[in-house]
Amino acid sequence: MIVNKSAIEMSQLLKDGEISSVDLTKAHLERIDEVDGQVKAFLHVDREGALAQAQLVDTKRKSGEKLSPLAGVPLALKDVMTQRGIPTTCGSKMLEGWRPPYDSTVVTRLRSSDVVILGKTNCDEFAMGSSTENSAYFPTRNPWDLNRIPGGSGGGSSASLAAYEAPLAIGTDTGGSIRQPAAVTGTVGVKPTYGGVSRYGLVAFSSSLDQAGPCARTVLDAAYLHEAIAGYDPLDSTSINAPVPPIVAAAKDGNVKGMKIGVIKELQGDGYQPGVLKLFNQSLEELANLGAEIVEVSCKYFDYALAAYYLIAPSECSSNLARFDAMRYGLRIGEGSAESVMNSTRAAGFGKEVKRRIILGTYALSSGYYDAYYGSAQKVRTLISQDFKAAFEKADVLVSPTAPTTAFKIGEKSNDPIAMYLNDIATIPTNLAGVCGMSLPSGLAEEDGLPAGFQIMAGAMKDDRLYKVGAALENALVNKWGGGILEQAPRLGAK
Amino acid sequence: MISREDVANLAKLARIDMSDDELDHLASELSVILDAVARVQEVANSDVPPTSHPIPMTNVFRIDENRPSLSPEDALSGAPASEGQRFKVPQILGEE
Repeated sequence: MIVNKSAIEMSQLLKDGEISSVDLTKAHLERIDEVDGQVKAFLHVDREGALAQAQLVDTKRKSGEKLSPLAGVPLALKDVMTQRGIPTTCGSKMLEGWRPPYDSTVVTRLRSSDVVILGKTNCDEFAMGSSTENSAYFPTRNPWDLNRIPGGSGGGSSASLAAYEAPLAIGTDTGGSIRQPAAVTGTVGVKPTYGGVSRYGLVAFSSSLDQAGPCARTVLDAAYLHEAIAGYDPLDSTSINAPVPPIVAAAKDGNVKGMKIGVIKELQGDGYQPGVLKLFNQSLEELANLGAEIVEVSCKYFDYALAAYYLIAPSECSSNLARFDAMRYGLRIGEGSAESVMNSTRAAGFGKEVKRRIILGTYALSSGYYDAYYGSAQKVRTLISQDFKAAFEKADVLVSPTAPTTAFKIGEKSNDPIAMYLNDIATIPTNLAGVCGMSLPSGLAEEDGLPAGFQIMAGAMKDDRLYKVGAALENALVNKWGGGILEQAPRLGAK
Repeated sequence: MISREDVANLAKLARIDMSDDELDHLASELSVILDAVARVQEVANSDVPPTSHPIPMTNVFRIDENRPSLSPEDALSGAPASEGQRFKVPQILGEE
């Protein structure tokens, strides 16, 4: 089936004239019709827009125009990125029916690469969560087991890849929202260096942590998508004005001979599922067999990362989400004074987790508590950056399991915020320090047969190293398995 | 550690109406969460400088020149209510 191919294989078929972008897009729309009733990855499917875009690319190709590598290949967009005229809800009732009047820079770049955007994927409300259960619309289901979560917040993007509804997707990662969904769905996800991909048009949750990035089924596909969306953007004042690292070249190279790979002592052991750790260690052996040198490093302040994150992210969220004031766009409920309209709109428009974080952040930022909570968390952030700096003096990349467990059952942790927050224990340090991270499949855990993720971290603007190591490991594992991990996933759909 | 009255005051500051049930529930939940996150204080000594932003940058300005912006129609396209080229909002000031 065409939809099972990688984005780069699809690209080659398009170039060779074996298939048109219109037919490729139709095949994905049909796949969405076939399985999305079960998976529920999409909040909105833009059939007309996608087919019109595909038609345009086909015309360009026929006229001999030089096209980008991803031209005509379909993609799913996380619903926190604006796309002009297309509903953008952020998984919240607050923005139900809102059609943004502008494109995010990521969408602008996708358009200039002639990528076909199929629609918007489900996520936890305003990207706050680790399971996509906090979407105000419906939970997305894990294609490996429909009773389990697809991770979060970008569960829709990763599930759409694992269910072959799209070969590429965009995610956003504030504390692990690209990498943890990738881990539990058997796909690849990359959180670029902070400032490496523009945040313009990414609806802000925690501005100093939010980062958009690529999701795919293979490391090479992720590399092509990463290069298409990366680079300096004057519309984002935190965008890094420097050349994009040679990501695609690194993914094609995949040579780890002589590289030093640092295993973080603090990101394993207690709280990690034994089968996940076993796969992690097997992956390390593969890398050692390929000539990498494995060293152990200690990052002793990582134990405080989760606590710091759950002060910094809610603090920034309480400030960022003040914009939803019922005045200029979005929901408006009630009558009377402006203040009472705001109060009733925000009561009706925000879900439980968002309210919890706004109140927590308001508390952490209030006078009298600011130094003890937000101020202390900012200091921990410094300590974590220092840990990374010291560790990167001993190793070229750092590695850990991406998430402590495989996918849990829907509803299992929804009433225990702390248990839910622990999902992000290994992904959060990367966001706090602004460095980059990738998750790729390490195999199926022996306890439950569900996919686990291997996380690679590299220093700021060293994103190419993720791809070099990721490609090497993927290649070794795929050879061992005799095919991609998704080939072992249960078949979805009626046929 | 955090009382129902505290939460009520925070909800007022954050402009979110909350029922008595919600206040009770959040008070107990936030106490647990605050206990867990308070451990940042164990290592946040006075000699550690705070980090607000992972990649240090200062004075990021654009050139001060006219450039295209949203049209009034676009800017108002998502407004709950508008009149002419203006957002229509509930009364902000008192009667007098």
